[in-house]
Amino acid sequence: MSDIQIVEAPPGVEGSGFFATKLDEAVGLARSYSLWPLPFATSCCGIEFMATMGSHYDLSRFGAERLSFSPRQADLLMVMGTIAKKMAPVLRQVYLQMAEPRWVMAVGACASSGGIFDTYSVLQGIDEIIPVDVYVPGCPPRPEAIIDGFMNIQKLVQTESGRRREDPKYQELLAKYGIL
Amino acid sequence: MGKISNEELLQNLVDKFGDKISQLGDPYGLLTIETTREELISVLSYLKTEQQFIHLTDITAIHYPELAKPFGVIYHIHSLAKGIRIRVKVFLAADDVHIPTAVELWDGANWMERETYDFFGVIFDGHPDLRRILNVDDMTVFPMRREFPLEDPNRIDKKDYFFGR
Repeated sequence: MSDIQIVEAPPGVEGSGFFATKLDEAVGLARSYSLWPLPFATSCCGIEFMATMGSHYDLSRFGAERLSFSPRQADLLMVMGTIAKKMAPVLRQVYLQMAEPRWVMAVGACASSGGIFDTYSVLQGIDEIIPVDVYVPGCPPRPEAIIDGFMNIQKLVQTESGRRREDPKYQELLAKYGIL
Repeated sequence: MGKISNEELLQNLVDKFGDKISQLGDPYGLLTIETTREELISVLSYLKTEQQFIHLTDITAIHYPELAKPFGVIYHIHSLAKGIRIRVKVFLAADDVHIPTAVELWDGANWMERETYDFFGVIFDGHPDLRRILNVDDMTVFPMRREFPLEDPNRIDKKDYFFGR
């Protein structure tokens, strides 16, 4: 028998025939369990992601069944692998094409910091060009680590305001990267 | 056309070019000669037409900052018919890193010369389209030159203060 668990409702006021809660929390709850990831896989971390999507680890259990290979429909950009400096404008373009709300996860040492590739031709972490929400350490990270990073993204999605793009702090962050 | 040995090939080259070429040895059985920038194209075209070195394996460069002529350009050429390879080196002064192109002899030299320009800044005079091929277009340095640090200057997680130094 399958043991189906349903997510807890956010805190709110309950009465006979109605339930009232904050819109932000309801929206955050819905968003966090239907994130569409865009896998930007350039090397071995991408292989670990394939294992993460496979039946054994099965990222779809977390509501991320539907991968988006177009940035226009994606919510979460998962950058997995070494980003060469020649690839940097491509990655930035992909990020710019994503619609708000959007989150970014740097999977593995290379995407987070350049990893072992401390050299003139490799970007020393994708946070040089785009803002990053969650870093997953590892070279490459195990699928469990990628899932842990994904669950941290879910926590972010649940707890931040429904319209993050109107938050002055967020706008300041984007302006720092020259993104408006 | 039969096989040819390193000694025979070197003798042919010395008969043809005299003291304009010099032998640098034959490490691992790979005959290596040095010539000058002025003689390079005639040496290469002699090798290609008279000695059937039809296959240009690679063009690359090397930087020895301590030498009077610090930049070496190296041609690896292969004669499939005669079953022999040769390495031709030309050394250039640091303030005049120009060398004639070999595109007229081998079309394959085009990308190899672009790569050598990209990494060492060797300028191949007469090349049809000498621009960067592998590195980002807006790079301002030639990264394989010794004065250029290999590590990226933006790297922060290897700074000494993270290790109590």
